[in-house]
Amino acid sequence: MNFDLTSEQQMIRKTMKEFADEVVAPGAIERDRTKAFPKEIFKQLADMGMMGLPFEEEYGGAGADTTSFAIVTEELSRACASTGITYSAHISLGGAPLHLFGTKEQKEKYLTPICTGESFGAFGLTEPNAGSDAGGTETQAKEDGQDFVINGSKVYITNASYAKHLALTAITDIKDGKKEISAIIVPTDAEGFTVLDRYEKMGLNASNTTELILENVRVPQENLLGKKGNGFRQFLVTLDGGRIGIAAMAVGIAQAAFERALSYSKERKQFGQTLSSFQVTQFKLADMAMKIELARNMVYKASWLKDEGKPFTKEAAMAKLYASEIAMEIADQAIQIHGGYGYMKEYEVERYMRDAKLLEIGEGTSEVQRMVIARQIGC
Amino acid sequence: MNIFVLVKRTFDTEEKIVVTGGAIQEDGAEFIINPYDEYAIEEAIQVRDAQGGEVTVVTLGGEDAEKQLRTALAMGADKAVLINTEDDLDELDQFSAAYILAEYLKDKEADLILGGNVAIDGGSGQVGPRVAELLGINYVTTITKLEIDGKTVKIVRDVEGDSEVLEAELPLLVTAQQGLNEPRYPSLPGIMKAKKKPLEELELDDLDIDEDDVKAKTTTVEIYLPAQKVAGRVLEGDLSDQVKELVSLLHSEAKVV
Ligand SMILES: Cc1cc2nc3c(=O)[nH]c(=O)nc-3n(C[C@H](O)[C@H](O)[C@H](O)COP(=O)(O)OP(=O)(O)OC[C@H]3O[C@@H](n4cnc5c(N)ncnc54)[C@H](O)[C@@H]3O)c2cc1C
Repeated sequence: MNFDLTSEQQMIRKTMKEFADEVVAPGAIERDRTKAFPKEIFKQLADMGMMGLPFEEEYGGAGADTTSFAIVTEELSRACASTGITYSAHISLGGAPLHLFGTKEQKEKYLTPICTGESFGAFGLTEPNAGSDAGGTETQAKEDGQDFVINGSKVYITNASYAKHLALTAITDIKDGKKEISAIIVPTDAEGFTVLDRYEKMGLNASNTTELILENVRVPQENLLGKKGNGFRQFLVTLDGGRIGIAAMAVGIAQAAFERALSYSKERKQFGQTLSSFQVTQFKLADMAMKIELARNMVYKASWLKDEGKPFTKEAAMAKLYASEIAMEIADQAIQIHGGYGYMKEYEVERYMRDAKLLEIGEGTSEVQRMVIARQIGC
Repeated sequence: MNIFVLVKRTFDTEEKIVVTGGAIQEDGAEFIINPYDEYAIEEAIQVRDAQGGEVTVVTLGGEDAEKQLRTALAMGADKAVLINTEDDLDELDQFSAAYILAEYLKDKEADLILGGNVAIDGGSGQVGPRVAELLGINYVTTITKLEIDGKTVKIVRDVEGDSEVLEAELPLLVTAQQGLNEPRYPSLPGIMKAKKKPLEELELDDLDIDEDDVKAKTTTVEIYLPAQKVAGRVLEGDLSDQVKELVSLLHSEAKVV
């Protein structure tokens, strides 16, 4: 056993901590208010070579491990969760399926621009009638000569306005009354492809969440990603990795909420004492610190298993479930410790709670995580 | 261009510092590259990228300083040298540091040597100029701009808020002031490659230095933290009474008049 980060991971943590504090944090409240996408920040992250973090160097990636990905996602999310989810989706939903299932030609064409930051990564799975039950996909891709002709719609797709192409799932055949779902790479500027950025969200306001409408979108059949009919299995694998990203985001938000609550409780005086001298506040802070430590350890364990090539489905689900639930709790308690000030945007903690809520929903709701874990433990 | 950067590992003065028994508690303290040295590293990388050549970062200290050297390598320096004095010397002062660095540098045919203007721990600002003196080369301190054209170097230096423009010739030693540049964050590929870049470790023996020749010439008498700031007091009442009270407090409490 060894709980130390490697020297590279330590250096990544230190670099990203500084970057998050100096570059990402200062505009977070303003971006939440104006819903401005953090484009400049991502330009800098691209210059730092972070956009292709875990992918092969031959496609412009840096060949770093999953723990490093978790560290970067945590640090960005600590400063601004909108920036965190944009990054996490870019890597683990956008880049990862290309990396896992793409041919060499597909990687050169589609993964390289993701690694350089020229395109954001996105992944289109969820539909109006297919959420937790992703098998309920209705989007259809019909073979027509050398092409697929795609019709349907997707909802809540992160990053698509800034993606040059994305992988999405569609029904490619029906065999014995059973849908055959495949993943297909579609350029977002294809004719008949509309990306709508018009949601009004509770939080993660500076992140890009879109609706996709596909009307007779024609792409060559060589755009099939992975094996025909394997779309369902492939996105389950993709989501296992994505859950590590969501869990890391949750740890980042929880850490931010804890730090603010701790420092505020040492300054704020009521009844002639600082809040931190009340045992009730101390116990809250102690619980926060404990839960963050446990959540982070679980994120690292799931990351480590993935990097070792061992099964990690259960651990990723546990990390995602636990971390997102404690992030909500901790954000809530951080507001409580701030009292009325915590209800005000200026004190940041209210944003943490609005942002954290998504983590209990996206990439599989908490209920779905419990279903995954239950299946893994043999229920 | 053969470029050397003198780098010091210091504790982070923005983090909490604890002094016990006349020494700074090392465990728990955060350690960083001296911030002024970061400007020096950045400038060295920029000069190398423009002019070609090689950047070597050099530090004096113990095994722990490897981290800071690796960070400099991740930023883009080509090579690192750790002169490890841990086993040979208990105390180093500006004299010993400059002597050792100069002994290391004397046969390296450096074109340009950069250092920070001061280290934020000791704060003497002496090591750079002393090294230049020992090497018999020119030096300019607290620079905010550096332009190299052939052998000629045009420099702007900060003089207590004003700027002085001067010209010097290579080989040259300069020390960096805030404003010289904006140090880059190490890039991820840089971080991944840092471990593979050469890091040479030397001891005093390797430099033919006798411990007695570099014995510190100064002794530290005491280390203490600045006194805790206490809350100010707002005087109240009649203006003339306030003035009277103020004068008496300056006398009895502040003891400044
Ligand atoms: C900001 C944001 C970004 C997103 N980004 C993406 C993206 O990039 N790509 C993408 O494809 N999707 C994305 N999503 C979609 C997200 O993954 C889905 O919203 C999520 O999977 C839940 O699906 P649903 O919204 O249809 O809810 P539903 O599936 O309708 O669930 C509603 C409720 O019912 C519960 N439930 C459902 N089935 C069961 C069951 N069998 N047992 C018990 N309870 C059940 C759920 O847990 C939930 O509480 C995003 C969503 C948001 C809000």
